[in-house]
Amino acid sequence: MSVNDSLLVIVLAQAVLYGTPLLYAALGELLAERSGVLNLGVEGMMLFGAVVGFWITQRVHGSAPEVLFLAVLAAAIAGAALAAIHAFLVITLRANQIVSGLALTIFAGGLGLSAYVGTELGFSPNTPIEQQFRDLDVLGLGDLPVLGPVVFHQSVLVYASWGFTFLVALYLGRTRWGLNVRAVGEAPASADAMGINVTLYRYVHVLVGGAFAGVAGACYSLSITAGWSSGDALVGGAGWIAIALVIFAFWRAELCLVGAYLFGGLSALPFALQGREVDVTPEFLYALPYVMTIVVLVLVSTGLSKRRIGAPAALGVPYVREER
Amino acid sequence: MKLERRLSQPWWLSVAVPVGSLVVAFAVMGVILALTGHDPGETYRKIVEAGFTGNGALSATLISATPILFTGLAAAVAFRMQLFNIGAEGQLYLGAIGASWIALQFGDRDVTSTPLFVVAMCAAAAALGALWALIPGVLRAFARTNEIITSLMLNYVAGLLLTYLIFDSSSYWRDTSTLQARSFPQGKPMPDASNWPTFGSSVVVPLGFLIGLAAALVVWVLYSRMRFGFEVGVMADSPRAARYAGMRTRRKILAVMALSGAIAGIGGASQIGDFTYTLDGSPTGLQAAAFGYTGIVVAALARYNPFAVCLVAVLIGGLLNAGYTLQGPDFPSGLVGVMQGIILFCALGGELLLRYRLRIRRPRTVNPVAEAAS
Repeated sequence: MSVNDSLLVIVLAQAVLYGTPLLYAALGELLAERSGVLNLGVEGMMLFGAVVGFWITQRVHGSAPEVLFLAVLAAAIAGAALAAIHAFLVITLRANQIVSGLALTIFAGGLGLSAYVGTELGFSPNTPIEQQFRDLDVLGLGDLPVLGPVVFHQSVLVYASWGFTFLVALYLGRTRWGLNVRAVGEAPASADAMGINVTLYRYVHVLVGGAFAGVAGACYSLSITAGWSSGDALVGGAGWIAIALVIFAFWRAELCLVGAYLFGGLSALPFALQGREVDVTPEFLYALPYVMTIVVLVLVSTGLSKRRIGAPAALGVPYVREER
Repeated sequence: MKLERRLSQPWWLSVAVPVGSLVVAFAVMGVILALTGHDPGETYRKIVEAGFTGNGALSATLISATPILFTGLAAAVAFRMQLFNIGAEGQLYLGAIGASWIALQFGDRDVTSTPLFVVAMCAAAAALGALWALIPGVLRAFARTNEIITSLMLNYVAGLLLTYLIFDSSSYWRDTSTLQARSFPQGKPMPDASNWPTFGSSVVVPLGFLIGLAAALVVWVLYSRMRFGFEVGVMADSPRAARYAGMRTRRKILAVMALSGAIAGIGGASQIGDFTYTLDGSPTGLQAAAFGYTGIVVAALARYNPFAVCLVAVLIGGLLNAGYTLQGPDFPSGLVGVMQGIILFCALGGELLLRYRLRIRRPRTVNPVAEAAS
């Protein structure tokens, strides 16, 4: 048996697979939160992105790269469209961000719009997928011990997510626009006085955040599950874990990557162990990512409660010029 | 157009805005239905008939309204303190586990002991629900951990616990008496004495619904007539002022979370005693109903007022009930969730009109300079 068949390598490779949607969703939430808007609708936007991406692969015919590109693009637009509702409510109408985000998840989620659209289009868990993301064998290095399956034998979605992580980190840390975003999230009144359009920045980042969440949903319907099912089992709380990830990552893109793979590994563990006939109660394994989210969140919040590192100061607070 | 902050709210506005939001929500949903090839008028007529006016519809609506009355109150109690407990879902499961344990434990009594069963089941459910809610409560009070995410994560854990008890273990709750029950996992049936009574004949009112109304009254007294509620209000509006006034914030967080969880837990007891008479562990049963999340919709639409929660629970209950009854090819699945989302969006947007006055500026007819000169 080669080292690549060992449980550890399989779990590591699966950690990257399952961590990718978490990474996309966390990057999106990071952008929105850095501009001062909390969006708790990630789970709903992911579920909707998943069904829209799946729909494109069913209805559009063409070569795999074209169809899949269109599918991911459509999922991104779907996520952004939903985020626009949230943006309008919380930025223009100054509604409570927490309740509005919850409303978005209820609206778009497994008992809402994603189920509505999916069943109206006649999809079911038995609908076979026409096109899905396949793992690449980059530079023919897929057979390398350990690194092969983990790094070089993944789908385009994974490699693109690395690019996006780099871009988001660069954008927030090294560009003027990124500086402006941080100003809007930390001190909107000062940013406004400097001539930065607070409303515009917030809208753009909430919408782009929604687009990332839509892509994260498409990771499930086009790659991990490669199919669609009604209800919220398809995404299964990953949107909420992504929101927690942003907190663990101290609002930094590169740390989102680390956290996403950690939780990707925990999510992949039950499936990896299934083939091995390990005698562990499956519910216990399924509960692991949820319990670990709580544990890590507690560690982070107790360790840093004295000075909240990274949290944008104006997160969750509507900005009203006349009332500053 | 300009927005101006209101200094006082006219009384009629707090009724007009939610009603207006509902009307707008139904109009928006009508557009969506028409766009997807359904006749909105026909769909709404069916919903009203299946939810309210049809034969026996109101009794069925009360069955759907009972759990969301409890989860709605649970959300309202916590949200009033800006404490976002979205774990009513899991707290309700824990309540169901506790209540069914009591019912099975004291099984072989005659029907005269039903009142005792009701009290004991509610007490056990409230205790377990409160304990489950205290996990995010303690973490929030002592570690400043975000209660939204922790309470939500615990919903998944509670759901898995429920599945584990019935499907993957030979637990106390699982029925292993017959061959069929061993191959198709199911919960033990509850003894007859633990089945809660119902009232009324033309409209059947489950006992759980009445307990929910009583709970709403208790919450109203606690929040509007006692110091407890006053302190909760101060902490919600200004945590700093509360601290300067010497209010014990941590203690209050724990108390409010426990109260919220206990109410949701009793909702779980009512599921067992009123309706299912067995612990339902299947992922497509109690867990798919999403009573906890619907409770948030109920609470927000009621603007966290306990009496309004009762009314809204019946309204949304009618919608849920219509969704179950009409399930099928002509009735879009997911419609109920979409509808709830739109209602909530409209209610949130309407809040603006409660807090602000819309001023449409007209050009001035009098020249101020000329006026000053004269």
